[in-house]
Amino acid sequence: MSQSGAGVRNEGYPASMRDSIAKVEATRDQRLKEGPQKAMSPEQREQVLQEWHPDYKADKKRAVAVGPSKGERMPHEVVDLLEAYPVVDPRSINLASPDREVQVLILGGGGAASVAALFAHQEGIPTQDILMVSKLRHGDCNSIMAQGGIQAADRECDSPASHYIDVLGGGHYTNNPELVKALVNDGPLMIDWHEKLGALYDKVDGQYLEAHGGGTSRMRMHSAKDYTGMELMRVIRDEVRNVGIPVIEFAPAVELLLDEDGHAAGAVLTNLETDEYMVVKASATVLATGGFGRLHIQGFPTTNHYGATADGLIMAYRAGARVIDMDSVQYHPTGVAYPAAILGQLATEKLRNQGAEPVNAHGESFVYPLEPRDVESAAIIRECYGNNNGVSTPSGIRGVWLDTPMIDAIHGKGTLKKRLAAMWMMWHRHDIDITIEPALVFPTLHYQNGGVEIDADARTRIPGLFAGGEVAGGVHGKNRLMGNSLLDYNVFGRRAGISAAKWAKEHSAKTPTLKHIEAFCADLKSAGIKADRTAPIILPDYRREAVLERQLKTLA
Amino acid sequence: MSEEKLMQIFIMGKAYNVPAGITIMDAMEYAGYQFVRGAGCRSGFCGACGTVYRKEGDYRLEFALACQEMVEEGMHLTQLPFTPAPRSRYVLDDLDAGENVLLQHYPAIARCVSCNTCTKACPQDIEVMDYVQAALRGDLEKVSELSFDCIQCGLCSMRCPADIKHYHFAQMARRLYAVTQSPEPDHLQTRMSELAEGIHEAELDTLMKMNLEELKQRYAQRVIETEGEAS
Ligand SMILES: Cc1cc2nc3c(=O)[nH]c(=O)nc-3n(C[C@H](O)[C@H](O)[C@H](O)COP(=O)(O)OP(=O)(O)OC[C@H]3O[C@@H](n4cnc5c(N)ncnc54)[C@H](O)[C@@H]3O)c2cc1C
Ligand code: SF4
Ligand code: SF4
Ligand code: FES
Repeated sequence: MSQSGAGVRNEGYPASMRDSIAKVEATRDQRLKEGPQKAMSPEQREQVLQEWHPDYKADKKRAVAVGPSKGERMPHEVVDLLEAYPVVDPRSINLASPDREVQVLILGGGGAASVAALFAHQEGIPTQDILMVSKLRHGDCNSIMAQGGIQAADRECDSPASHYIDVLGGGHYTNNPELVKALVNDGPLMIDWHEKLGALYDKVDGQYLEAHGGGTSRMRMHSAKDYTGMELMRVIRDEVRNVGIPVIEFAPAVELLLDEDGHAAGAVLTNLETDEYMVVKASATVLATGGFGRLHIQGFPTTNHYGATADGLIMAYRAGARVIDMDSVQYHPTGVAYPAAILGQLATEKLRNQGAEPVNAHGESFVYPLEPRDVESAAIIRECYGNNNGVSTPSGIRGVWLDTPMIDAIHGKGTLKKRLAAMWMMWHRHDIDITIEPALVFPTLHYQNGGVEIDADARTRIPGLFAGGEVAGGVHGKNRLMGNSLLDYNVFGRRAGISAAKWAKEHSAKTPTLKHIEAFCADLKSAGIKADRTAPIILPDYRREAVLERQLKTLA
Repeated sequence: MSEEKLMQIFIMGKAYNVPAGITIMDAMEYAGYQFVRGAGCRSGFCGACGTVYRKEGDYRLEFALACQEMVEEGMHLTQLPFTPAPRSRYVLDDLDAGENVLLQHYPAIARCVSCNTCTKACPQDIEVMDYVQAALRGDLEKVSELSFDCIQCGLCSMRCPADIKHYHFAQMARRLYAVTQSPEPDHLQTRMSELAEGIHEAELDTLMKMNLEELKQRYAQRVIETEGEAS
């Protein structure tokens, strides 16, 4: 690591922000004594959401004009892709002699994909009959970035029912009850599986260190420092490598294949380095391509990995799958607002569940720290743009303080560095010590709440196509709680792997076709949509000035 | 941004002008690169963006994550997006933690010359050499503790004169330590058997049958556990 040197480096906070930091310090003892603000009533929550949450702005959405979810309103950025033309010309691909034939094809290289691969194998599919393909490297994904933790109702004072009601209330009762039941019932099972694989969860005296998350009624957040996602992903990936499941990296799927019966029959891949297409025929296909953060909905920066461009959603939609709850987007309340170099990166909710509270420019607390995410985000936006109590950075971005030194004040010196090592390191790299100084935050685009419709066995509407993880919808309804998507990718990755294996044992795909793509293009044409956009976009383009625009675009 | 001061950097020897105050990754994109390899999480968690650089007027090579390190005037940059490091395949349950399994699977550990190059290369500030030493002693707990923040970027292994595959053996060590020395809490097994017996089904079914009003009421009546009650 470079230590110091010539050139420009951040020297912690600029003088223009220091006055406000002094105010935060001046009120800290009093705030610690008084404890956090009270949680909002349902009416107060509704009001702040209506007035300040980005999802509630009608002009930022439109109804999609074609396909299985025709008429449903979604963000323009999503509709733009659902209504785009394919990248591949269906007639230019030779489908008669596939390059590879497998029983189970898994699209994705993240958590859900890896779990699906292991369970498809456990269900009896030999390793050479499984193929995982990923856009980036195996493990470059949202799953590896998760910090805070994973929920599972395993303590005596907790129950699947308590978990269930938390999930439903958090999701504004829009979740699919069958999926929530699967989620909460399988929680302890998945934690047990991780234990058997050798994942290192935080323990004190042999017991799990379990904490609250936004919207939980019981402390059921399991963590591995603030590297929870990394610990799970690297252990699961290590096991995929031990078992010997073939993985092709830098080979994203660009289109799904269907056979003459309308069953899933594999995918067309593209080799990102040689630009060659590759046709993989498969009896069962698992969609585990993750979410859409890199679409930068409403210009927000994002916490997501480089490959989160909604490819799977687009491909499945063209093949006839319904997408649900795509009208709601999860903004994480606390993305980095300063320094600009790491704008939008995640300041984990665990900072708040360990005691840090949001504080405005005058050092006043203004919101209960652990409201559900949409409510907490809306309250922070209101504080900055409604009440004008935000702190402005030199590049004109507004934010509020997350008073991180409170963590050590509450739990003892050294706690933050131990339990939140990744967070400490992130700011430390920019010469800010968050055990001493607060962190400036503002909401950031975080999670695709909705997605491809599935049932409790991870089946989509297309026979032979299964989906799990962030690409799928229904589990979280219109708002996900922290710790439930790591659980989601495990529970539904597993179910997708098992269902795909069972299906593949009983069905073999017939000759694959791309007729559905030709039909979809015809629909686009008759809806009057011009052929000036193609999807999936595979990789976002930040070349030239785009990189600066991305950093400067904010709500204002 | 037109009045923004630009500075000169060199990407694989070629000069480009980029703004100050951005990361190496953003600077390369500003210069016109679109990453295929060399970018993953863009947040310091995946290890895809290992970067080697030299500063103007300095002879030493330095190591960083392109997504985290700020660009500086006169940097000479290149990326190491792939580490051709072999790993040993194993069956976790068949490993014997009593023997020095790490040495058996990764005999090169014994060739460590204590040069500390690995530690200097690590963008996570991990005491890499210390965990190699712990591995030599067969101390799984110490290896796990010291290596825990490893993002498996491979920079240490690219630099090691003894060709040790640090991050691979450390992964194996952590998993083995977890299953042998960090046992699963009892209450998890208790809950698992309750679930197998279906004890919680009835309560869940009741909730699943509730209408919206009933659910809202039930949600409002939740008693939130307070800190300190945790067992
Ligand atoms: C910064 C951050 C912090 C988070 N913290 C938490 C937390 O504390 N707790 C929690 O529960 N959740 C958290 N989440 C959410 C959670 O990590 C993700 O929702 C979840 O891991 C998604 O898993 P997945 O397997 O569905 O997707 P991913 O892990 O994103 O995997 C998707 C994979 O598909 C690949 N892919 C994409 N397109 C294609 C294509 N066309 N062809 C082939 N492959 C493709 C991608 O490259 C990637 O490998 C966090 C997310 C982020 C970004
Ligand atoms: S120990 Fe090695 S592989 Fe791990 S983070 Fe440090 S340099 Fe990278
Ligand atoms: S670089 Fe290699 S030889 Fe040098 S201290 Fe590290 S492990 Fe030992
Ligand atoms: S891109 Fe993942 S660590 Fe830099």
